[in-house]
Amino acid sequence: MTATGNRSSERRRNGPRNDAYDQTDRKMTAKMSPRTTLDKLWDSHQILQRADGASLLWVDRHFVHEGSHHAFARIAEKGMAVRHPELTFGVADHYVPTSGAPATDDIARMIRTLSENTARHDIRLFGTDDPRQGIVHVVGPELGLTLPGLLIVCGDSHTATHGALGAYAFGIGATEVAHVLATQTIWQKKPKRMRLAVEGTLMDGVSAKDIALNWIARLGADGGRGHAIEYAGSAIEALSVEGRLTLCNLSIEGGARSGMVAPDQKTLDWIKGRDFAPEGADWDRAAEAFLSLAPDDGAEYDTEAVLDAAEIAPIVTWGTSPEEALPITATLPDPSRAGSEAQAKRIAASLDYMGLGAGRPLDGTPVDQIFIGSCTNGRIEDLRNAAAVLKGRLAIVPGMISPGSAQVKAQAEQEGLDRIFIEAGLDWVGSGCSMCVGMNGDLVAPGKRCASTTNRNFRGRQGKGARTHLMSPAMAAAAAVTGTITDVRPLLKGRA
Amino acid sequence: MGGWTVEQGRAAALPVENIDTDQLIPARFMSTPRSEGYGPFLLYDLGHDADGRPDPNFPLNRAEAQGASILVTRRNFGAGSSREAAVYALVDAGFRVVISPSFGDIFSSNAVNNGLLPARLGPEEVETLLSACPAELHVDLDALTISGPGGTHAFELDPVWRQKLINGWDDVDLTLAHGPEIAAFEATRRTVAPWMWPA
Repeated sequence: MTATGNRSSERRRNGPRNDAYDQTDRKMTAKMSPRTTLDKLWDSHQILQRADGASLLWVDRHFVHEGSHHAFARIAEKGMAVRHPELTFGVADHYVPTSGAPATDDIARMIRTLSENTARHDIRLFGTDDPRQGIVHVVGPELGLTLPGLLIVCGDSHTATHGALGAYAFGIGATEVAHVLATQTIWQKKPKRMRLAVEGTLMDGVSAKDIALNWIARLGADGGRGHAIEYAGSAIEALSVEGRLTLCNLSIEGGARSGMVAPDQKTLDWIKGRDFAPEGADWDRAAEAFLSLAPDDGAEYDTEAVLDAAEIAPIVTWGTSPEEALPITATLPDPSRAGSEAQAKRIAASLDYMGLGAGRPLDGTPVDQIFIGSCTNGRIEDLRNAAAVLKGRLAIVPGMISPGSAQVKAQAEQEGLDRIFIEAGLDWVGSGCSMCVGMNGDLVAPGKRCASTTNRNFRGRQGKGARTHLMSPAMAAAAAVTGTITDVRPLLKGRA
Repeated sequence: MGGWTVEQGRAAALPVENIDTDQLIPARFMSTPRSEGYGPFLLYDLGHDADGRPDPNFPLNRAEAQGASILVTRRNFGAGSSREAAVYALVDAGFRVVISPSFGDIFSSNAVNNGLLPARLGPEEVETLLSACPAELHVDLDALTISGPGGTHAFELDPVWRQKLINGWDDVDLTLAHGPEIAAFEATRRTVAPWMWPA
């Protein structure tokens, strides 16, 4: 990969513009400097810009979940109403029980509080008993609530997911959630623009998850800091929308504020007809606007990087940060060969926490269990990829498969994927954030090693002392049937 | 939230990279109301053994770290989730400044919204400060400097955030003052892109 670090753009900015200027005066638009997708999204949402550089942006969609209770408490303290309940949607996901065990009092209270807060403010809720419930970053796109050209926020760092459809989407904290509830706007400083191109063709058995972990391993978990990433190139064009959602989802793990893919015909085909998608004449107008979000020829970026798709192997994390990832064919790092004392200390601490030996091969590491699901890899294509490996095979370690939404669950069952999982000996459970974050009580026990399709291998993420290895759904399925972290590619030979 | 300009206080060293938000506050504590105080949850699993006893060797449990208001740490501090609870834990434990070569993006915004300064220094300068700890440091938001035993370092901070920390602004009040501009924007948006409003 080549990266040109933080090259400052020489393009002259045209100053604050508003939506009317941007969308109604086509002649003026045509004369403007070439713009990136971020530029277009930014310009069309900027209400005003202060002299100090802060912009007030309009928010088109605001998703809230159980964790938003701090923000609701804040607006209650101030006696404020929700400014636009019709643009705000509640989804129960973080604390929802998925494995059949009843909710503890604490968990039930968190879910109830969300129901009460959304009811009080007249916000539509996709709650635990709704057939459209699921993980917010699966549900939004699935229902057509996520559309190209929207600015979307949510009090969850994986909100970048929605950028896969050409939205500008990012996670915010509780203070900002309260601000959006009260005003439908947010103060932001424009991030730097990064173009991350992936060119060429991915090998069989290699997926969007591998692209993401690959770039994060190369550029670092803070490699995208201060940037909004636009993913581009022939390998991204070839990715399914589900794959793009996975890729954008992991942008935050590389430190970026958001990730985006410019809408193309594939995006439009995927969105059309979904519950909340525009219809009829509205759709025609919208579709034209959606496609116009592609970057202009000659648009400049602050940072550019290029990956060769053909060089990407299935990749697995070995440590406690997403940047600590290696191709399955690699050996574990050795602290004695590290470049600095700080680096040696980090590697040694990660290996120690993970219970791994320096310099050993990654392939063949035994696992205790697997988990397939999450906002990263809980979509139908992820389940199909896992099923392609599991079909007719038996898992030799326990595992849980949690679909990203109730709709994904229904579709998987219609396709018979649930039978493949159950016949392999794995648990087919309900939808929610589940064992990715463990808030619902589905935890990995201390010292246990889990092959997981989730997004964070942080210490204690899946439970205190849990050892998480991030990988693709196909790789997690391979871990299930072999009981080890292993290369899925030989297991896919002769299969569709 | 009150603003501040100068913080003179004890600095504690946490010489670790990638302290993420899940370590700053493990998820299981996050259903607690803020009014109960989040300070005891700060870095709980790193600072306690399996039986919940404080680990005396953990840097923030040592005597010299008690009463510290400034934390010096290695790169990528606060990476991870948007949980503002990670900032609440630091603030409730008495911290007003964190010094690191890099910070998680959402963590930084959350920090500033709670009067906590995420001050960026170069990796070498951070190593200098780490070796100087425990130390009294003087952090000045006007001058954008951190002074201590090793001399004075200029730190980086977005000018918008600097003003916000100094003034202790509440964004909601600021924003509501722009009501007419917001209303005009909304009216235009409804005209040019009606499909943005869900059916």
